[in-house]
Amino acid sequence: MGLLDLFRANEKKSASVAKERLQLIVAHRRAGNMQAPVFLPKLQEDLLQVIRKYVQVSDDAVKIDVERDGDMDVLELNIVVPDNRD
Amino acid sequence: MAKIIVVTSGKGGVGKTTTSASFACGLAQRGHKTVVIDFDVGLRNLDLIMGCERRVVYDFVNVIHGEANLRQALIKDKRFDNLYILAASQTRDKDALTQDGVGKVLEELSKEFDFIICDSPAGIEKGAMLAMHFADEALVVTNPEVSSVRDSDRVLGILQSKTKLAMEGKGVKEHLVLTRYSPQRVAQGEMLSVDDVQEILAVELLGVIPESQSVLNSSNAGLPVIAEPSADAGQAYSDVVDRFLGEDKPMRFLSAEKKGLLGRFFGS
Repeated sequence: MGLLDLFRANEKKSASVAKERLQLIVAHRRAGNMQAPVFLPKLQEDLLQVIRKYVQVSDDAVKIDVERDGDMDVLELNIVVPDNRD
Repeated sequence: MAKIIVVTSGKGGVGKTTTSASFACGLAQRGHKTVVIDFDVGLRNLDLIMGCERRVVYDFVNVIHGEANLRQALIKDKRFDNLYILAASQTRDKDALTQDGVGKVLEELSKEFDFIICDSPAGIEKGAMLAMHFADEALVVTNPEVSSVRDSDRVLGILQSKTKLAMEGKGVKEHLVLTRYSPQRVAQGEMLSVDDVQEILAVELLGVIPESQSVLNSSNAGLPVIAEPSADAGQAYSDVVDRFLGEDKPMRFLSAEKKGLLGRFFGS
């Protein structure tokens, strides 16, 4: 390390900048490229039908997401039920 | 049944052909009957790296199109027993390869060989896709450099979704081969370290090949660098082959000290 580098000790090394940038890109690619199962829209539709037997919900009440967690694909299901306590 | 291994990277110039040649040569040196196939139709170079460019009469495309049989097109290496080369066509384009055609040739080769090494072209076009398609395992060749790492990630995505095994619900076994590694630059914080790359790509590391003069020297001579026991890159490739075959070899050429010593003698 040269003398000049001592003054730049606080400056981030280029390799760590590269690493951060790549980690973002890769995480994004892995999330985006993830093959959402083809049955997802159909599943969403069916769930909506079933729920509507019991509660009246809007078309966007059922949200499905697939996330990767290590070696596992996690199917995340969010159902918004209207607040009918009034 | 042969094991089919694709050597791929996405990005060009990272060392796919160098790796294919040395890996195939190393397997053959250890007694496994091995064939290495150049999938880079139109831009063949494997024959040059293997030093058999003047012996190419028929090529992979000729075999696919039934213009020659495998026996005529396979070039037996003169220096290493068990090693055969199937050259790419220099005059056709990548559309000359068909999935059926490639599949049939690989099936026929499977009967005779222990290992089939598919040297992929750069990119993710047809030639590259076909080189990957039938693979059981993949060597993903990566430089510690942003564009190469990103392309490798892209290729890993394809291996996990578009290959034959992936579509059958099984996986292609992936290995990372990090090439052109410079421990000094890593120590100075100017180059992604092997741990960085492994963390980003999350693939099992098969080996690290140091940046080395010997790679250019051996490609000049048409001799796979693994056949140069005195070359650091040659030794690193030797370790790669041993590890691939299940031997437990510690990683070498990772620290600046060792290279620094060489550097002091040779001024590299």
